[in-house]
Amino acid sequence: SNPFEVKVNRQKFDILGRKTKNDVGLPGVSRSKAIKKRNQTLLKEYKEREKTNVFKDKRFGEYNTKITPEEKMIRRFALERQQNYGKKNIYNLNEDEELTHYGQSLAEIEKLNDIVDSDSDTEEGGTLSAELTAAHFGGGGGLLRKKVSSEQQDEEEEKPKSRKELIEEMIAKSKQEKQERQTRRESALELTEKLDKDWKEIQTLIARKSPKAERKDKEVEKPKPDEYDMIVRELGFEMKAKPSERLKTEEELAKEEQARLQKLEADRLRRMRGIDEQANKKRPSHMSADDLADGFILDKDDRHLLSYKDGKINIENEEEKEKEEGEEEEEEEGEEEDNDNEQECQEESASEDEEDDAADSHSDLESDLESEEEAAGNKEEKKRKANQNESQNVEKLDPKSEAAKSELPYTFAVPESYETFKSLLAGRTVEQQLIILERIQKCNHPSLAVGNKAKLEKLFGFLLEYIGELATLDLPELRTIDKLVLPLYNLCQMFPEAASDSIKFILRDAAHDLEEVIEVKGRATFPGLDTLIYLKIISLLFPTSDFWHPVVTPAFMYMSQLLTKCRITTLQDVIKGLFICCLFLEYVSLSRRFVPELINFLLGVLHISLPKNQAQGYTVVHPFTPVGKNLELLFVSDKEDLKSWEKQNVPLSIVTRLKETSQTEINHIRLSCLALCFDLIKKCSALYESLPSFHEIMHPVRILLTRHVPVNEYPEKMQEWYHSALKELENKVKHYTPLICEKKKPVPLKQYTPKIVKVLEFGRKQAGSKKEQERKQLIQRHKRELKGAIREIRKDNQFLARMQLSEIMERDSARKRKVKELLGSLATQEGEWKAMKRKKWKS
Amino acid sequence: QLPTGLYKKVLVILHDSVLPYMNEPTLMMDFLTVAYGIGGAISLLALNGLFILIHQHNLEYPDFYKKLYSLLDPSIYHVKYRARFFHLTDLFLSSSHLPAYLVAAFIKRLSRLALTAPPEALLMIIPFICNLFRRHPACRVLVHRPGGPADMSEDPYVMEEEEPSESRALESSLWEIQSLQNHYHPDVAKAAAVLNQSLSEMEDDISGLLELSAYELFDKEVKKKAVDVPLEFEQVRGLFGKKNDIFADHFSLD
Repeated sequence: SNPFEVKVNRQKFDILGRKTKNDVGLPGVSRSKAIKKRNQTLLKEYKEREKTNVFKDKRFGEYNTKITPEEKMIRRFALERQQNYGKKNIYNLNEDEELTHYGQSLAEIEKLNDIVDSDSDTEEGGTLSAELTAAHFGGGGGLLRKKVSSEQQDEEEEKPKSRKELIEEMIAKSKQEKQERQTRRESALELTEKLDKDWKEIQTLIARKSPKAERKDKEVEKPKPDEYDMIVRELGFEMKAKPSERLKTEEELAKEEQARLQKLEADRLRRMRGIDEQANKKRPSHMSADDLADGFILDKDDRHLLSYKDGKINIENEEEKEKEEGEEEEEEEGEEEDNDNEQECQEESASEDEEDDAADSHSDLESDLESEEEAAGNKEEKKRKANQNESQNVEKLDPKSEAAKSELPYTFAVPESYETFKSLLAGRTVEQQLIILERIQKCNHPSLAVGNKAKLEKLFGFLLEYIGELATLDLPELRTIDKLVLPLYNLCQMFPEAASDSIKFILRDAAHDLEEVIEVKGRATFPGLDTLIYLKIISLLFPTSDFWHPVVTPAFMYMSQLLTKCRITTLQDVIKGLFICCLFLEYVSLSRRFVPELINFLLGVLHISLPKNQAQGYTVVHPFTPVGKNLELLFVSDKEDLKSWEKQNVPLSIVTRLKETSQTEINHIRLSCLALCFDLIKKCSALYESLPSFHEIMHPVRILLTRHVPVNEYPEKMQEWYHSALKELENKVKHYTPLICEKKKPVPLKQYTPKIVKVLEFGRKQAGSKKEQERKQLIQRHKRELKGAIREIRKDNQFLARMQLSEIMERDSARKRKVKELLGSLATQEGEWKAMKRKKWKS
Repeated sequence: QLPTGLYKKVLVILHDSVLPYMNEPTLMMDFLTVAYGIGGAISLLALNGLFILIHQHNLEYPDFYKKLYSLLDPSIYHVKYRARFFHLTDLFLSSSHLPAYLVAAFIKRLSRLALTAPPEALLMIIPFICNLFRRHPACRVLVHRPGGPADMSEDPYVMEEEEPSESRALESSLWEIQSLQNHYHPDVAKAAAVLNQSLSEMEDDISGLLELSAYELFDKEVKKKAVDVPLEFEQVRGLFGKKNDIFADHFSLD
C-alpha cells in the first residue's frame, strides 16, 4: 500500500514475547472503507426512510439456507413445470407463450378470419371497398385509372362528366347503398323478432326436452378438463415415497427391547452400588512437600491478622462479625416468611377467583357430565351419590339437559388450579377420568406450544393431590387410585424433575407435621392412608434400589421415623405399621439393604400378639414397650374365632375407619395381621441371609418364635405360616470369616517438584480459578464490544449529520440561485421598461 | 426413695446446679451410687454426677466399667438422653490406659446393639467406634485379623456375659459393622465402609453428631439438589401391580 498512508504507533520499549495488534495502522484506508460502507447501508436507509414500498422476493427458497442449491434448483424447476401443466394443448410444444394482438390470440385470428360480425357493418368505417379506397386515398392516379376504365365503358353512351358531376354521383351511390343496408337490417330485425315469437310459442310444447338440451350445449361449450392433465397434476402434488428402514421382525424387536432393558438394569445396578460417586471422586489434590500425611488440613487460617479500627487495634472484630451474620440470617428468614405469607394471600385470592371462574365456565361441562352418569348404569349412580355426599359437591341437575349431551369433549385445556382440575374429574367414572387425563396430555403436549410443559408439570401436582384426597375420603376410592397411577406414571416419565419436586414437597410436609406433633405432644401417631399411598406410589415411580435417590432416600428416612416414633395404640396402627413394613421390604427387595427398624417392628408386632408377662430372652425397643397397656393388641383368646379363621387380605379401607364390626371379625383381622407378620419375617430372613451377622439380627425373633409363640393354639393355616417362617429362619448356616482390612494403598512418594502454574500473559491478573478467569474475560470482551458499539453509533450520527448538512446547503444554494435569476430578470425588465420610457419621452 | 419422675429431674440438674455449690460434694456419693445401681434411664442420668465425683473428688468406684458395660442395652439408642450418655461414655473410654479386652468388649457390644438402632444413632456410633479403634490400636484385630481361622461356626463373643473380661470380644470380629455397610441410609453405609480401610490418624469429632435427630437427617436429604432423577423403567400396571408384589398377597383395595 501507499507508504504515506501508513501510521506507525511507536513503542517506547520493545518487549520480547509480547504481541501487539495495533502497531501499524492505515487510517485513511479504513476511514474511506467505513464511509463507503455507510454510503451503502446507512445512507440508503436514510434516503428511503419515509418510503413504505418493500421489495418482496418471491423466488422459491431464496433465503432458506436449509436447502442446498441443487435441491433449490430442482424444486424451482418442478414448480415451473407444474405451472405449465395448466395449458390446454399438451401436444403443442411451443405453447409456452401465447402471442397476442389486442388481447386476441394470434392463432385464433388466423383460424377465424372469415367470420364477420353482422353488427359491425352499421358504419362504413368497417369495410373497405375498392371504390371507396380509390375515392378516399386515390387522389389522382387510382381514381384516374378507374375512371379510365369506366370511361371506356361510358364513352360510347355519353360525353365525359365533369369532376363535380362525378362527385355528386358518388355521393348518391353511397347514399343508396346505405339505405339498402338499412332496409336489409330492419327486415333482419323483424325476422328475428318473429322467430323469437314463434320460439316462445313452441317452447311450451317442448318444455320437457329443453333442459337436457341446454345442459348439453353448456357441456359442449365448456372444455372438459382432460383426464390425463388431472392425473399429471395429482402426481405433481403427490408426496414422493422415500425409502425407509425395513420393518423389523418380531425377533429383532424383542431383542432390541431386551437390550434396552438390560441397559436400564445395568444402570440401576450401578446406581445401587453407588459406584458413580466413588468414580467421580476428585483426583488427589496437590500435596505439598511439607505435608506430614497426617490427614490434617488447614482449611482456614485461624490467626488473627492485625487490624486497626479508629486508631485502636481491632480484636473482637470476628466475633462481632459472626453475630452480625447471625442477625442478618434471622432477618432474612423473617423476610422470607413475610414473602411467603404474601404469596399465600395472593394464592388464596387467586384460587378464589379461579373458583368463581370455574363455576362459570364449567357449568355447562358439569351438566354434561352429569347427563352422562344418568346414561351409565346404576352402579355409577350409586358411586356418584356416595361421592357427592362425601366430597359435598352437591350439584343440582337440570333434568332437561341430561339427555342432551353424552360425549366427552375431545380437547381439554390444562386446568390452572386444583379446583378446576377437581371439577373436571368430579363425578366421572374411572375410565372417563383416564380418557380425560390422556386427552389433556395429548392436547397439551410440550412440543405443541411453549407453555405446555409448565402446565403439564402442574397437572402432575394436581393429580397427586387428587389421589391424596381420594385416599382420605371416608370410603377411600382405592380402585380409582389404582387406575390413576397409570397417567401419573406417564407424566412422571415426561417430567422427572417436576415430579420429584412435588413428591418431595409432600414428603416434607408430612415429615414436618410429624415433627411438630412430636414436639408438641411428645409422641406421634401414624399418618393417614393418603401418606401411605404416596409412599407406595414412590416405589412405583422411582427406582428404590439406588444407593442415593433424591426422592427415595427421604422416603426411607420418613418411613424409618414412622416405625420408630409412632405409638401403637390401636389395631389400625398395627395395620399401618405392617403396611410400612411391606413398603420397606419392597423398597429393599432388589438392593437387599438392611433395615433395622423393620426387624424391630416385626419383633414388636409378635410381642403384642402374645399374652402378657412373657418377655424373656429378648428386648423390644421403642415404640413397643415390654410392659404397658397397649399389649395384647393382636392377642386372640377366643377358641371359636381361632377355629373359624380363614386367611384373608386386609382391606385397606379399614385403616381409616374400623367399621362397627363384631368381635369375631376383629379377631380375624388380628390373625390375618399375624399371618402377614410371619410372612414378612420369612421374607426378611430370605433377604438378609447374606448379611454376616444375620443370626445376631434375627436372634430375638428366633427366640420369640421358638419359645414364646403358642403354636399349638393356632389354627392349622396359621401353623403353616408359622412353620414356613421358622424354617426359613433356621435354615441358614452359620458362617463367620474374620474380617481383614483392605490393603492400604501405597502412599505416593513425596515429590519435590514445584507446583507449576500456567502463566499465559504477563501483566495480566492470574488470580482465580479457570471459571473465574473465563468470567473476567467475558466481562472484558463485553466492555470492549460496548465501547466499539458506542463509537460506531457516534460515527454513524456524525455521518448522518454531514449528509443532512450537505442536503441543506444544496437546497439553500439552489434557492439562492433561483432568487438571483428572478431578480436579474426583473432588473432587466425594469431596465428595458425604463429605456422604452426614455425613448418615448425623447420622441 | 423418690418417685421416678422427680428422680430423673433431680439427676438431670444435679451435676451443674447442685454439685458445684456444695461444700462437701462427696455427701452425694451414696445417693448417686444407689441411683446408678437402679438401672435404666436413672442409671444413665446418675452417671454424670458420678463422673464429677470420680474426676474431681477422688471417688473410687469398684467395677465402674462393668456397671457401665451392663448399662448397654438395646434401648440406649432410642432413649432421650442418648447424647448425654454417649458424651460421657466417650469421656470414660478416652483413657489410653484401659485394657484392650475391655475396650473390645465395649466396641463389640455397642456394635451388636447398633443392629437395632435408627440411622441417626448409627451415624453417631460408627465414628464413635472408629475413635475407639484409634485410641486403642490393640483392638484393631476386630477389624483386621490376617492370620485367623478361615471359618468359624459361631461368633466367639458372648453377649449375655456380664463381665467384659469373659466376653471373649478380642477373639471376635466386627461383623455387625460389616452388615451395616448394607444399611439403607447412604451415609450410614458410607460411614460403615470406612472400617474396611485402615483408619486415618486424626480422630473424628462426634460432638456435632451426638444431638443428631431424625428430622434433621430427613431435612438434609430433602434439601439436597439432584442433578437428574432416575426413573423406574418397569411400566406400572396398578397400585399393587408390580412383579411379586407383597401387597397383593396381604392387602386388598377395598
